[in-house]
Amino acid sequence: MKPGDELPPLRIPITRTLIVAGAVASRDYQDVHHDAELAREKGSPDIFMNILTTNGLVGRYITDHFGPRAVLRRVAIRLGAPNHPGDTMVLTGTITEVDGDTASVRVVGANGLGNHVTGTVTVEVTR
Amino acid sequence: MSGTERPATSRAEEQDGLYERLVAFEGRSAATAGTGKDPVNLPMIRHWCEAMGDTHPAYRGPDAVAPPTMLQAWTMGGLSGHTDRSSAYEELFALLDGAGYTSVVATDCEQEYLRPLRPGDEIGFDTVIESVSERKTTKLGTGHFVTTRTDVRAGGELAGTHRFRILKYAPAARPDRKPAARTAEPEARSGPRSGAADARPEPKPAPRRPRPVVNRDNAGFWEGVAAHRLLIQRCGDCAALRLPWLPGCAGCGSREWDTVEASGAGTVFSYVVMHHPPFPAFDPPYAVGLIELAEGVRMISNVVGVPYDKVRIGMPVRLEFLRVDEELELPVFRAGGED
Repeated sequence: MKPGDELPPLRIPITRTLIVAGAVASRDYQDVHHDAELAREKGSPDIFMNILTTNGLVGRYITDHFGPRAVLRRVAIRLGAPNHPGDTMVLTGTITEVDGDTASVRVVGANGLGNHVTGTVTVEVTR
Repeated sequence: MSGTERPATSRAEEQDGLYERLVAFEGRSAATAGTGKDPVNLPMIRHWCEAMGDTHPAYRGPDAVAPPTMLQAWTMGGLSGHTDRSSAYEELFALLDGAGYTSVVATDCEQEYLRPLRPGDEIGFDTVIESVSERKTTKLGTGHFVTTRTDVRAGGELAGTHRFRILKYAPAARPDRKPAARTAEPEARSGPRSGAADARPEPKPAPRRPRPVVNRDNAGFWEGVAAHRLLIQRCGDCAALRLPWLPGCAGCGSREWDTVEASGAGTVFSYVVMHHPPFPAFDPPYAVGLIELAEGVRMISNVVGVPYDKVRIGMPVRLEFLRVDEELELPVFRAGGED
């Protein structure tokens, strides 16, 4: 691995099930993540993914690529356009820095509205 | 964000001292000696991995560790809510709610993982209010960013740190609502939340672009725009052209002036593409150009008629007038130049 290397993209269909399962698995019971009617009352067209699920998916994208010996050291993300049901998020990554067994990866997750998430992940591939 | 210099706050907030009161919360504790409701455990790890589609072998089997990105999940209040919030955190949220910033979205999450969490680990955490931003206007509305930092411990040992940023805001505009089948709840519940309401709801009544500030020094410019004429000021003494309009000549200091009408031809002198932050009435990404008019002066405007990522320095553009709404017209520049 070397700076500039690009990771293969990962397409994640944003289903209602994914949003709800992610919210519940992260113990986030905010209604906007499972109740479309209440989400609409708050100005959102539908339910949307919570930040913990996005964080988990970004982590998975990195360890999927770097393999069984990959250990996440740092994940820093910023959210933009929401992930609503029916959309698809495409995660892409570019290695920005390599220091021994540790790599920094710039990650972008884009959906039909724009960038849902941008961030940086530091991953160590243990020997 | 925690520097000592801070931009000026709005006049309204200066008057009521809100920002001063908000900043006073910086450094105060938001949760002290909080404990995870459940110890780290395999069922929650498995449910997480199933939801995320994560098949990493380290998260399975007899030596399983928790996915590091679960860090915050172990501190969540869940359906029954938090019982370990400090009074400072409650007070900060009450202050923001009281000022009309009743909605909340999560915007940033930064986590560092120092040691793996294993089944059986008892979770403890402390959270400090790291910073409260000055008032910001975003696409969602106006409000304050609140950043907290949580140290997560397992068996007394620091296992990870978690910085979390939310925006407490007053929605920019209320959506058209169908008759509610239920009793309408408040826009968002007040009170502390650690949950991630990362909404970017799109309110339906389109937010309007900012109005120009028209005063006696620039009224002639806007009268020109209303008549579909882009007027450049010309110094009455040294004949230097200037745009935007100013009361005096920056070259010779003369206060005498008249105007010349721009031909409308220009080129892109420079540009930026706005991605973030989003503002009401603007739909990023979009290109903002510094246009050099054929007359030699430059002005900032939108470049239209070309995708934001196809704008280039040197690109010829041509003036046109964009009707933004019933009250506002703006000079913009269409790519393609002479036609």
